[in-house]
Amino acid sequence: MDALLSNAWVVIPLRILIVVGFVLTAVPALVWIERRALAMMQVRKGPNRVGPAGLLQPVADGIKLFFKEDVVPEKVDRFIYFLAPAGFLIPVLCAPAVIPWGPNDRLTPIADINIGILFLLAMTSLTVYGIVLAGWSSNNKYSLLGGLRASAQTISYELAMGLSIISVVLFSGSLSMRDMVLNQQGSLGLLDWHVFRLFPLGLIATGIFLIAMLAETNRAPFDLPEAETELIAGYHTEYSSMKFAMFFMGEYASMVTISAVMVTLFFGGWLSPLPFAPFTWIPGPLWFLIKLGVFIYLFVWVRATLPRLRYDMLMKLGWLRLLPTALVNLFLVAAIIWWQK
Amino acid sequence: MFEQILFAIMALVIVVTSIGVVAVRNPVRSALNLVANFFALAVLYVLLYAQFVAAVQIIVYAGAIMVLFLFTIMLLNLGSPSELAERSDIKRPITWGLALLFVIVLAGGVFIRLGEAKPAGDDIGTVQMVGKHLFTDWVYPFELTSVLLLIAIVGAIVMAKRRL
Amino acid sequence: MGAVPISWYLMLSAFMFAMGVTGVVIKRNPIVIFMCIELMLNAANLAFLAFARMQEPLSTQVAGHVFVILVMAVAAAEVAIGLGIIVAIYRLRDTINVDEMNLLKF
Repeated sequence: MDALLSNAWVVIPLRILIVVGFVLTAVPALVWIERRALAMMQVRKGPNRVGPAGLLQPVADGIKLFFKEDVVPEKVDRFIYFLAPAGFLIPVLCAPAVIPWGPNDRLTPIADINIGILFLLAMTSLTVYGIVLAGWSSNNKYSLLGGLRASAQTISYELAMGLSIISVVLFSGSLSMRDMVLNQQGSLGLLDWHVFRLFPLGLIATGIFLIAMLAETNRAPFDLPEAETELIAGYHTEYSSMKFAMFFMGEYASMVTISAVMVTLFFGGWLSPLPFAPFTWIPGPLWFLIKLGVFIYLFVWVRATLPRLRYDMLMKLGWLRLLPTALVNLFLVAAIIWWQK
Repeated sequence: MFEQILFAIMALVIVVTSIGVVAVRNPVRSALNLVANFFALAVLYVLLYAQFVAAVQIIVYAGAIMVLFLFTIMLLNLGSPSELAERSDIKRPITWGLALLFVIVLAGGVFIRLGEAKPAGDDIGTVQMVGKHLFTDWVYPFELTSVLLLIAIVGAIVMAKRRL
Repeated sequence: MGAVPISWYLMLSAFMFAMGVTGVVIKRNPIVIFMCIELMLNAANLAFLAFARMQEPLSTQVAGHVFVILVMAVAAAEVAIGLGIIVAIYRLRDTINVDEMNLLKF
């Protein structure tokens, strides 16, 4: 077993299988969780016909999408129209390559590169191309508006996100995701996590990352690119069948990815919140999944709670509130770390 | 061997996409060609032991600059879709010929006399190394760059005013 | 390890630069002209990194990387201003064709 795991030709496909397989199987589960949780919060039943408690509903949806007619509007830019869904899904699936899911460095991450967090930022910033190109190539004014909104929104919130990540880089002194998790290990358990570092500065950075993460994944209350009430369905109005399913999968997969980043950067990755006996028996990957679940539930919760922002409010929040807060926060973190040395 | 194969593939991508940026008439397709070009360049940067620069290349160029380009193209395309189409005239074939000549001259210059690559340490392109030199030997250019960016921010705000 | 000769990188850089020059000369759309300028800047970046590999004391190789980062900052500033100018001109004149921007000409 040990010899097998040190063979690169075995272990790297295995790692890819674990990470991509997990993200892709999480998508239908997530769809079910979201629909049931939303139904619960809105005091209705939600899908409960297919399978026990509607568990097989995502499977039925998948089969439906597979066998639907694939309508291609007449005046689309065909090459880019076909390229866009793949351009959205591929970076989303590449991003988790650097996230460590457990303490065993043989199995995850796929590559523990020393610029891990930069790779992640690069990949998450690339997802916008799929949306912009889908909006442009559809030759539909609502789609185009959705694409325009997506590009402006992503650029605006990436800055705040990057600045809050830099404070984590300052805490841990490394860009490798594994080092960041190991840096949060300590005798105090969850008080050693980056959220509670230099209280309340770490907490502010976490809050900024949380808002920016909602905006980067185009989820409510920042789902302006697909706002149903104004833009029909925004950038994917003209997409049907499996091409629509790829956008759909991409959105949920990016929720999983960005929640995993959140857990890794601020909430101690696979570390247990309390570093003594009954809690340390639970294996690391399970802790990771529990924390991941909390943040995914948060996504759904926020969607059920907050109304969509108006476009100018979105820009004002990004540029006039988040960015200055993040800059001041980063300055304070840097000053205190410098002073402590 | 592996390095050379990777270089060959990426060089092919770069050649095709840089021709594409110029030859394609649709500006959105030009931009897409340029994005593909920047990706291939990032791979070459990794081959040149410049990991940090490769990551910054993708974040800055592909993630920010090209999105800004696409945003502007789409914004200006809203009013008049055919406005940005290119016309052809006598200037084009002459310029292509001159470009070819230019490549030949530059390539000839490269072949005259050139040493080989020195063996690089593994840590040349890491964030720690680049950062250390950026904030010691190159700190004045670095600070001047920040002033330049500040000027650019002020300029962009002036440009964005309703009435010029 | 079969390393790639530095001259290959420089040839590639020369080709990219030539394509950038061609685009600046023949294109009428200022946005595409900007993209061609980006192409030339990237050709220069590739040359910087390639020449960095030929520096003898290993510590001086980092100079090439630092230069590339400075060039990227300049490129970002240039794009922000340039695209702003293009949008402003479009607002004033309803066209962005460079052949029609001749108000400064006698």
